[in-house]
Amino acid sequence: MKNKTSLLGLSSILLGLLAWDLLARFGSLPAFILPSPVDVWVRFLKAVTDGSLFFHAGVTLLEIVMGLGVGTLLATVLGYLVARSRTLERALSPYLVASQAVPLVAIAPLLVIWFGPGMFSKVFICSLIVFFPVLVNTIVGVRAVPAALHDLMRSYHAARRDILFKLEVPSALPIFLGGLRIGATLSVIGAVVGELVGADSGLGFLINVGRGQYDTALVFVALFTLMALALSLYGLVILVERRFLAWQESVER
Amino acid sequence: MPTKPILTVKDLSVVFPDNNGASSPKGGLHALEYISFEVCPREFVCFLGPSGSGKTTLLRALARILKPTSGKVNFIQRQQPKIGMVFQQPNLMPWRTVLDNIKLPLELEGMGDVKARAKAQEMVELVGLKGFEDNWPRDLSGGMAQRVGLARALVHDPDLLLLDEPFASLDAMTRERMWTELSRIWQAKQKTVIMVTHSINESLFLADRVLVLTQRPGKVKLDLKVDLPRPRKDDIRYTPAFGKLALKLRKAIE
Repeated sequence: MKNKTSLLGLSSILLGLLAWDLLARFGSLPAFILPSPVDVWVRFLKAVTDGSLFFHAGVTLLEIVMGLGVGTLLATVLGYLVARSRTLERALSPYLVASQAVPLVAIAPLLVIWFGPGMFSKVFICSLIVFFPVLVNTIVGVRAVPAALHDLMRSYHAARRDILFKLEVPSALPIFLGGLRIGATLSVIGAVVGELVGADSGLGFLINVGRGQYDTALVFVALFTLMALALSLYGLVILVERRFLAWQESVER
Repeated sequence: MPTKPILTVKDLSVVFPDNNGASSPKGGLHALEYISFEVCPREFVCFLGPSGSGKTTLLRALARILKPTSGKVNFIQRQQPKIGMVFQQPNLMPWRTVLDNIKLPLELEGMGDVKARAKAQEMVELVGLKGFEDNWPRDLSGGMAQRVGLARALVHDPDLLLLDEPFASLDAMTRERMWTELSRIWQAKQKTVIMVTHSINESLFLADRVLVLTQRPGKVKLDLKVDLPRPRKDDIRYTPAFGKLALKLRKAIE
């Protein structure tokens, strides 16, 4: 059954590649509009051998990892505090809602002006975009801890630390990881948006270079690399879920 | 032969604030009013009452999950007794296996893992769940889950075992099997037990003493000694002595 599914997926991909190739070959489109799969593959090999792809992908990956890390950390800590205190929630909610209402793509230029074209502005944009889904899911997750289990812990006079690590963390984990899954995908968007606005390295920068030089194959190479990054991050979160949420019915064991 | 009580409760009242936040003697919801009783070591005491008589509130106050509005709960041996509590629902942690759920109270006491596992394993066997140690709670039936809850309440050798209608969510047949089980475990472990229930049969089958609570605000209306011989078997419920006690309780509830 599983073999059949992956076989079907594989043939679908091959068919798509074939269609693309045929369109490029017989569609009478110039290569700078639509390069063929072979052109892209050749460009990919070249970018790999001259080291530029690894360099730029590395820069973007670093921005993503740092942005995801910082954004997740801040959102988790703040989310936990907000979940535990209605007062704090009331005080902060205007900012939280406003931060979500600002279209991040639109303020990216501002952030690049403020923080320069270097890595910092990208990490900043990345953490901003990751922040909200992780925050919301942390709040929801911590609030969803069953009251009866809190009673149980209290009947044992459990220490605050034990309540946090033996009850709240494991109980909130499924919802929290759902937020992280969204955040992981968004973080790639955050980094690329930052790079497109202004950067001297990274995959977004590579896309800009390719566009400027009518090297469309390079744009494709950068795009596919970004997709691979996003999918790997997503897969990583799924692996974490499999490992820690084996007790849930929905997760395959 | 009178033994010294292990627990004395004096004039215990619990008032929940009403919507305006008032919990004065006049305002608020009076769940319990001036409850006083004593419990002797190794005694099995049952509180019997209709729903809304504050039974659960009483247990929560004894477990110190809830602060009483007034009155005193005094535990003789130590200031903060070790409590084992069984809830109406199994109340297990779904992310822990059966063994790890039972082990929880020992972890909270800071016991080393090897020793805690061994003790939890003993309890698994006592409640008849050998072979299910590594199962997730979602794979258990209601009766099995409640056994895990019972094992968890006993594993840390508590001074006081509090049972909050532990069998209310089980089907009738499982429930009666659990009575016999609990009876056996109680005799093996020699624990002081306070249980609340709304079932006359359950209270008479298990308890040494049954205290009847009135409708809200709950007050103790009757303190009945159950002098039925032990160990009690299923058919005890059809003896005249049992029937006589049941009738007394029935009348007190009305």
